[in-house]
Amino acid sequence: MSRILDISGLKVHFRTDDGWVRAVDGVDIGVDRGETVSIVGESGCGKTVTAKTVLKLIDMPPGKIVAGSIVWQGRDLVPATPAQMRAIRAKEIGFIFQEPMTSLNPVYTVGEQIAESVRQHEGLSRRAAMDRAAEMLALVNIPNPASRVHDYPHQFSGGMRQRVMIAMALACNPKLVIADEPTTALDVTIQAQILDLLAEMKQRIGMAVLLITHAMGVVAENAQRVIVMYAGKVVEEAPVGPLFATPLHPYTQGLIRSIPRLDLAATEHQRLEAIPGTVPSLLHPPPGCRFAARCRHATEECRAAEPALRELSPGHKVACIHAEAIAA
Amino acid sequence: MTQYLIRRLLIAIPSLLGISVILFTVLALAPGDPFEELATNPAIPPDVRAHLRASLGMDDPVHIRYFAWLSSMLRGEWGYSFVSRIPVDQLILQRLPTTVAVIGTSQILALCIALPVGVYAATRPYSVFDQVANTLAFVGFSLPTFFTGLLLILLFSIHLGWLPFVFRSDIEATGWRWWWEMFKQSIMPIMVLGLFQGAAWTRYVRSAVLDVIRLDHVTTARSKGLPERRITIRHVVRNAMIPVVTLVALQMPAVFGGAIVTEQIFRVPGIGSLLISAILANDTPVIMGVTFVFACLVIFFNLVADILYGWLDPRISYR
Repeated sequence: MSRILDISGLKVHFRTDDGWVRAVDGVDIGVDRGETVSIVGESGCGKTVTAKTVLKLIDMPPGKIVAGSIVWQGRDLVPATPAQMRAIRAKEIGFIFQEPMTSLNPVYTVGEQIAESVRQHEGLSRRAAMDRAAEMLALVNIPNPASRVHDYPHQFSGGMRQRVMIAMALACNPKLVIADEPTTALDVTIQAQILDLLAEMKQRIGMAVLLITHAMGVVAENAQRVIVMYAGKVVEEAPVGPLFATPLHPYTQGLIRSIPRLDLAATEHQRLEAIPGTVPSLLHPPPGCRFAARCRHATEECRAAEPALRELSPGHKVACIHAEAIAA
Repeated sequence: MTQYLIRRLLIAIPSLLGISVILFTVLALAPGDPFEELATNPAIPPDVRAHLRASLGMDDPVHIRYFAWLSSMLRGEWGYSFVSRIPVDQLILQRLPTTVAVIGTSQILALCIALPVGVYAATRPYSVFDQVANTLAFVGFSLPTFFTGLLLILLFSIHLGWLPFVFRSDIEATGWRWWWEMFKQSIMPIMVLGLFQGAAWTRYVRSAVLDVIRLDHVTTARSKGLPERRITIRHVVRNAMIPVVTLVALQMPAVFGGAIVTEQIFRVPGIGSLLISAILANDTPVIMGVTFVFACLVIFFNLVADILYGWLDPRISYR
């Protein structure tokens, strides 16, 4: 498999009145052709910023890419010009946003909004682009696509709007789709439908998917490889099987333990476990391991120096000095 | 849509009736007498004056006078000015073109300033351009028109002597020269009104655009690889226009009122100065006529605002 997206050493900082917030602080993420990679972590750990930075969709300023590279098909996007970025957006990398309710422009029909990117990148006529929009709506299982293209976003439900977003992101046949918590704003039943749709699209079109989520359940069902982020850093990276079977980082373990389990709840009287505390301030991150304050395995050593990401078994990397002890 | 329009126009009837009742009552309560001047004129005996009053129905109770006024209005008779004996509708029609020309041009000027400056400033918040535009807008918005009007007269008419400071409707020239004279005497009132309104609207346009520019759907548009210019025009300005149009349309009648001051300063023989002189002379039929025209304008522009609103925003439907 060949790597199409290779993010290495990425640091994205945001300027605030109180100083620079290190939202993403040295992150390495690789995505192979046709692969689904998932980034997990709780709110505020830098997942969305990482994802948006790939297409430079963060506001700069106040955001700034301080260091690192984002290599897309052999070319670094960090120094790319706005015009070069525009040629990549939607055409090569599609983006699905979190909030289907607000991510569509209320004053244009969904057809116009899908057609817009097709016209921009493939130079189709208005007519042909609208036909493509209708095809895309059919592809994402929206009934009566030929008439629905002329409807406005407010005439669609949340799940339907997310289908429209997917149709929009896929309209130009991108090689990679970045889905930023595509199901967070939706009902549970609709969540499953949207994830199934994404998986189906992936099979049909063969694009790679970078799926950002905070739900471990979503990860288990959809991803081949998982990257766990915490406070702007990657703390663990592994194929999905080993990650769930033998999570090495205490944070990953905490995330997995906080998934409600139907099989246990009925028999054993067990409370759902939560990770104590909150994500540390990224304005002045603590020295050493950033998870130390919430970790029950933390020692003086953890607080002294930042743990490096180590590869313990093939493809399974972890940034914890006690990983072997914890796993054993 | 047609049904909606008809219903809106029907609703306008009770509003106009209410407005006219209030106006009439207020005017009846106001002190003063249009025949005061006659009282001081020794050539006119008091009984002639009393006869005049009676013949005009001025001694009748308020409600009788109101119904008399209303029934003649309904027949399309606006009455006669107490002062000049000219029919009120004729007076208004005489003055209206000047007002519409001056105010209309100044509003177009205001929009031509506010839209590009507001949008450009909002797309580069806190840049030098934005700061300068904001400061100027604040200054322009804070200075009352009677002050800037006098300032302009002082500068361009008195010091430099470039422009006339009294608006004349009896220019003798014809053809191009007439247009040139009209242009010269209109330029100051238009500037004063247009810059004031433009300053206020610039601030409004800027904040409306800023509100839209951080919305999620703008990021979506960006993620589609559209050029920045297209995003601004299609996805930002179009959405930001919805509140701006409402404001502009609703402010139109207020602008006619605000123009009264400017018309007075530059002696523009418009509908505003007609109103002022009518009020000073207690000329009830003219006051009623002019204020009634203003009331109709308010209702008309409200309707225009609602229609434009629905046209700009597909989420609104007329039922």
